[in-house]
Amino acid sequence: MSVNRITDETIEYIGILAKLALSDAQKEQAKEDMGRMLDYIDKLNELDTGDAAPLSHVSAPENVFREDAVTNGDERDALLANAPGEKDGMYVVPRTFA
Amino acid sequence: MGKEYETVIGLEVHVELATKTKIFCGCSTAFGGAPNTHTCPVCTGMPGTLPVLNRRVLEYAVSVGLAVNCEITRVCQFDRKNYFYPDNPQNYQISQLYLPVCRNGFVEIETDGGGKKIGIHEIHMEEDAGKLLHDEWEDCTLVDYNRSGVPLIEIVSEPDMRNAQEVIAYLEKLRVMIQYLGASDCKLQEGSMRADVNLSVREAGTDTFGTRTEMKNLNSFKAITRAIAAERERQIDLLESGAEVMQETRRWDDAKGCSYAMRSKEDAQDYRYFPDPDLPPVRIDDAWLERLRAGLPEFQAEKAARYRAQYGIPDYDIAIITASRHMADLFEETVALGSEAKKVSNWLMGETMRLLKEQEKDPGDIAFSPAHLAKLIAMTDAGEINGAAAKETFAAVFEQDADPARYVEEHGLKIAGDPDALRRVLEEVIAANPQSVADYRGGKEKAVGFLVGQTMKAMKGKADPALVNRMLKEIL
Repeated sequence: MSVNRITDETIEYIGILAKLALSDAQKEQAKEDMGRMLDYIDKLNELDTGDAAPLSHVSAPENVFREDAVTNGDERDALLANAPGEKDGMYVVPRTFA
Repeated sequence: MGKEYETVIGLEVHVELATKTKIFCGCSTAFGGAPNTHTCPVCTGMPGTLPVLNRRVLEYAVSVGLAVNCEITRVCQFDRKNYFYPDNPQNYQISQLYLPVCRNGFVEIETDGGGKKIGIHEIHMEEDAGKLLHDEWEDCTLVDYNRSGVPLIEIVSEPDMRNAQEVIAYLEKLRVMIQYLGASDCKLQEGSMRADVNLSVREAGTDTFGTRTEMKNLNSFKAITRAIAAERERQIDLLESGAEVMQETRRWDDAKGCSYAMRSKEDAQDYRYFPDPDLPPVRIDDAWLERLRAGLPEFQAEKAARYRAQYGIPDYDIAIITASRHMADLFEETVALGSEAKKVSNWLMGETMRLLKEQEKDPGDIAFSPAHLAKLIAMTDAGEINGAAAKETFAAVFEQDADPARYVEEHGLKIAGDPDALRRVLEEVIAANPQSVADYRGGKEKAVGFLVGQTMKAMKGKADPALVNRMLKEIL
């Protein structure tokens, strides 16, 4: 039952959005896994939340601000040390379009 | 054939806010830094970092909202817009979908058919993305995150505009208002104001909207006007040939004068928006809102009305001067120093605008001080320099805020103050040009012009032509 909830088109589309190239076997596996996730959400849907206000933050402080003053210096070299590739002070990534 | 079509246009305007630091971290927003020198773990999306909202960003957004008659969302929050592209190191952009900070506003524009209200659907805050450079040599892409996290507001209009003139009038209105607030310099060419045009066409007289496209990469009012004309034609051609308009994002190529499809337009659900749990909600109470309302400046329309009453200068002058708050401030400060309003206005509208245009600058770039303009006007009034010398001196004031007295001294532009010296020169000129003298005495008024010219030449321009004219006529 779970497997059939996710169509081939949906998996294809999610793959495009997430930039994932999935094999046929992986697609089947993903369909099953995602179907189970939806089953779990259905369980949550059994709860009647009609009267509850939407909640996005659990422990809710409000109005946490910074003042508009420069506090950071040049941390480029330390940050670039984490990058898989670097050139001329910039991050190297695979070519984004042909 | 022969169907009449109506163009329906809505605008999404991104404005880069003039804060010193980014929206969620203490990195500088200054232009021109070497790549990635204005970055930190927050704006490069390192795991485990926490964004903290810049208070100034919220205050600018609310002020713009108040200026365009919006309702302010008293409890607002941020949402994550998920997409994968290397300009966005977190894999989501922090934006606002569910509770944008401002909603339901309007601005009034002037059209050929009178005043018109353009609705503002919403204004939300978000962060800018990094810049991608395509490295042709190594077939890879390089990323600079200096712009990542620079604060933006996006002003979304209702589809209330019907032609390019209305679009320009709307943008112009927003630009002047936001500049008056000091919230941004709003330069289309430099990208601190970016307008995306949503356009559809429909048969005249119908109420339903056609399928719209979104046009990007519009860097000038001229490009916007051309893109609107081209997109209208393209959509009408499609419909006339029985085809459909695709909902898509298109990129305008101003050099080629046409656009091409970038991508099919994503729906909001494709971005899987959800509230950002890292950023607590923002509550704007009455006191804060009233403080921001009280801090709003005198805007263009009110200022123009006051100028009319207070300075008695023509409406044409007022329109030009009040189009820039910076220029208006300069005008008022110079007049406060004792200069005659119309004379200040003449320098601003004439030479200042001419030099700005010549150098492709705008009034916000004016760098000279009111004191120096006032001094130049005083020197001209006192007859210390003539018109040509004043113009030359003004160029130096405009360029480097030169002290006009010093400039005139150093360049020997002062009008010769000694009337005897002038009289001697005049006598020499009269003696050397008997024919012109005879012509003048014979009734040829014009002959005096030649003699004035010869005198000015002998004085190397350092004489007041009006005075020379008068003295010549006296002697003759």
